[in-house]
Amino acid sequence: MFGKNVKHQDLANEVNAELNVKGRSLLRDARDRFVRNKAAMASLFIMIFIALFTIVGPYFAVWSNEEIDWNRMGDIARQGVPNLENGHFFGLDELGRDMYARVIQATTISLLVGLIGAFMALVVGTLYGTISGFVGGRVDSIMMRIVDILMAIPGTLVIILLLVVAGRSFVMLFIALGAVSWLTMARIVRGQTLALKNREFIEAARAAGVSETVIMFRHILPNLMGVVIVYASLLVPDMILAESFISFLGLGISEPYTSLGRLIAEGAGTMAYGTLWQLAFPLTFYVAIIISMFFIGDGLRDALDPKDR
Amino acid sequence: MALLEAKNLSVSFDTSDGIVKAVKNIDFAIAPGECLGIVGESGSGKSQTFLAAMGLLPKNGHASGSVTLNGTEILNLPINKLNSIRGSSMAMIFQDPLTALTPHLKVGEQMQESLGIHQGLSGRKARKHCLDWLDKVRMPEAERRLEQYPHELSGGMRQRVMIAMAMLNNPKLLIADEPTTALDVTVQAEILDLIADLQKNEGTAVALITHDMGVVARMCDRIEVMRYGAYVESGSADDIFYAPKHEYTQRLLSAMPRLDTVQEDRVKIDAEKLLTVNDVKVHFPIAMSKGLFPKKVPLKAVDGVSFDIMAGETLGVVGESGCGKSTLARAVLQLIPPSSGAVSWLGHDLASMPKSELKQYRKDLQIVFQDPLASLDPRMTIADSIAEPLKTFRPDMTVRERKRKVEEMMERVGLEQSMINRYPHELSGGQNQRVGVARAMINKPRLIICDEAVSALDVSIQAQIVALLKELQDEFGMSMIFISHDLSVVRDVSDRIMVLYLGRVVELAHADAIYKDARHPYTKSLISAVPIPDPKIEKSRSRLKIPGELPSPLNPRAALRFLPSKLRAGEMTYIPKLQETTPGHWVAEHDPLDVILAGDPLADQALVS
Repeated sequence: MFGKNVKHQDLANEVNAELNVKGRSLLRDARDRFVRNKAAMASLFIMIFIALFTIVGPYFAVWSNEEIDWNRMGDIARQGVPNLENGHFFGLDELGRDMYARVIQATTISLLVGLIGAFMALVVGTLYGTISGFVGGRVDSIMMRIVDILMAIPGTLVIILLLVVAGRSFVMLFIALGAVSWLTMARIVRGQTLALKNREFIEAARAAGVSETVIMFRHILPNLMGVVIVYASLLVPDMILAESFISFLGLGISEPYTSLGRLIAEGAGTMAYGTLWQLAFPLTFYVAIIISMFFIGDGLRDALDPKDR
Repeated sequence: MALLEAKNLSVSFDTSDGIVKAVKNIDFAIAPGECLGIVGESGSGKSQTFLAAMGLLPKNGHASGSVTLNGTEILNLPINKLNSIRGSSMAMIFQDPLTALTPHLKVGEQMQESLGIHQGLSGRKARKHCLDWLDKVRMPEAERRLEQYPHELSGGMRQRVMIAMAMLNNPKLLIADEPTTALDVTVQAEILDLIADLQKNEGTAVALITHDMGVVARMCDRIEVMRYGAYVESGSADDIFYAPKHEYTQRLLSAMPRLDTVQEDRVKIDAEKLLTVNDVKVHFPIAMSKGLFPKKVPLKAVDGVSFDIMAGETLGVVGESGCGKSTLARAVLQLIPPSSGAVSWLGHDLASMPKSELKQYRKDLQIVFQDPLASLDPRMTIADSIAEPLKTFRPDMTVRERKRKVEEMMERVGLEQSMINRYPHELSGGQNQRVGVARAMINKPRLIICDEAVSALDVSIQAQIVALLKELQDEFGMSMIFISHDLSVVRDVSDRIMVLYLGRVVELAHADAIYKDARHPYTKSLISAVPIPDPKIEKSRSRLKIPGELPSPLNPRAALRFLPSKLRAGEMTYIPKLQETTPGHWVAEHDPLDVILAGDPLADQALVS
């Protein structure tokens, strides 16, 4: 009656396995440390708030970013002041467009630029650096000399040239930003790989007959994650800064799109006419993003590398 | 009256996991001129006790209680008052003499620094004083050393500088925190002799902190045994060694492998020859000059080593640091390709084999590394690490089968099943080393190389791992190459022992033969330098010291250190040959012992230049 039921036994075994103490991985430890870091957590909430704002914000907008408020455009300095009643929450810009919608649009694009730029650097730089460091020898020398040569060319110049030659477009901007930012990443990753390569657990894997490619993906890459995450998180504000600089120069994002850098440039241009809100709103968002991203990056570094504090 | 007296001393640390009590209400006293040994395993709080007394605790550490030096309270004094005591009345030497010396200051400058502070000496007088002390610590060519940087000195010489620096101001108390742990046995013997002489001649009291019962047996008058931050037993050296009362002391003593125990003959060895290593050389090109095309000189890490291993046999490999033990292990496993020579496994030459073919033999050849934590991938659970060789060699296994196999192996090496999802950083060193053993054993290899596999572990853990390896060997019948600098451990596990010196074999014989009837002067000096945890035997033993420093392996004449007659005859490139003196006992050519002990200025010069 109570014979051996294989299915039940297996089930029992599985339940037992679940009950086994779950190990605390290094990443989980790092997460715990990050959560305890107040500045980083506050910054993370600010970033989440800003990201949510770019998604939810448009539903509250009364005006679209392209509409021109003909009634008020004649007297921006007095009629374009931020006002909750007429729907221009952040006021009007110089052409009579709604700042609220424009700031949302600019924030979205700036965040996209930061994330995509950093992501490109992450993918290209990590792969390049890992291969260079892990293969080593002559391949490493050649790959790193290429990086050295590219690094010797000023990054801003490369971006400007690319944008001028290939024309201004979103795709081109991402390519241009990615083209300059992966270099440092590749160097950092290569250095880390070199240090990891000689660790005993790599030797142990080799002695266990694991092939070189598998060692690279199973042992080297996961151990690089800490460094890569930290550096990528610090790259995001760098990318936003670079894009703002380019846009400030008049290259980069073009109308009808806009970015925080462009809005700040425009706001700075009209400061003298008493329309300070045109500068204040984009600047606030911009500074909030940059500072919180730096805090998050710092927090990540402390969390992932507790020894280096 | 006691020189240094601690009463109710406690040390605690604020950590992110809460307050950790490192030292719990301990009392001890050191009388002038005596040597007190503080023995304990890592984490027992033995160093923290004295760091607290010296006021050297890190910022998150707090000390309470009382420590008096000559009757004055010194615990928790402000830094400026402590500075006048530190260095002048009590001095400390540390485990690692390289990190304890400032790298950018010359030896002479570092030494004069503390003289200026405590005695107001400077200039020629200070230099003279330093020179005196370097002579007193028997530093060879003391005058030249004053102008050298720490990295130019060998480990033993650095420790001599540390001791000379500590003794400059004639302190009443010298605290030695594991002063010889990082050093080779022969150098350890010299440093210990030196400390003992200082204690006798200068009347300095010594507090010797160590984990090594052998060192304590040799040096100490009284002993405190420490565990979990408290003293479990204290008494005279004889009491502790011959009549230990506490169960922990007894365990420590019995865990210590002894050089002088007689080994019962182990189970017979099959005649099948597993591995033959023939004239293996591993040379690393080292750039000697700068420039685009630097001149390369080969560093002969392993220089013509031959041996073979039978199935089920254990071959011990001993030698001091830099003798090529680990390189040899990696050359056998083809982790470093040998420069020349053959490694044949059951008749197949591994060295000339393409990588793809080599892979199938890796299953039978495994290695256990020295550092248990570094040899495990920190991002993998231990079960994943253990399962890794299975994934390569048994791709046919299902996930469940593999898991069952891992669980079996974990149980076999003494790891609880509940640890299966743990990560290496959550485990202790001993547990991690068990994981390393499990990973090496999971495919039931026929040969395991243990590269200093127990050297990083505490004595009691070390004994457990050695016992585990022996058990596994009895059960699975694999052969072992056991590499270690610790002769006592090697003796404990090996059937035959091979002594390496600068990449060459100097003696190869049955384990008992090596210890009872060592023929080569180097082997003799090694054996006489190993401390035995027994005060009576230890204090009556005489030591064999070979004059001169260990020559650099880059020196082509280094191999002739034990054959000065050839150097004198001008045969600078002569290579000493192995000769079979009695069946199975191979000894490298050497001059008679008294010729070597007499020292030969001409030969010494040839070796230094």
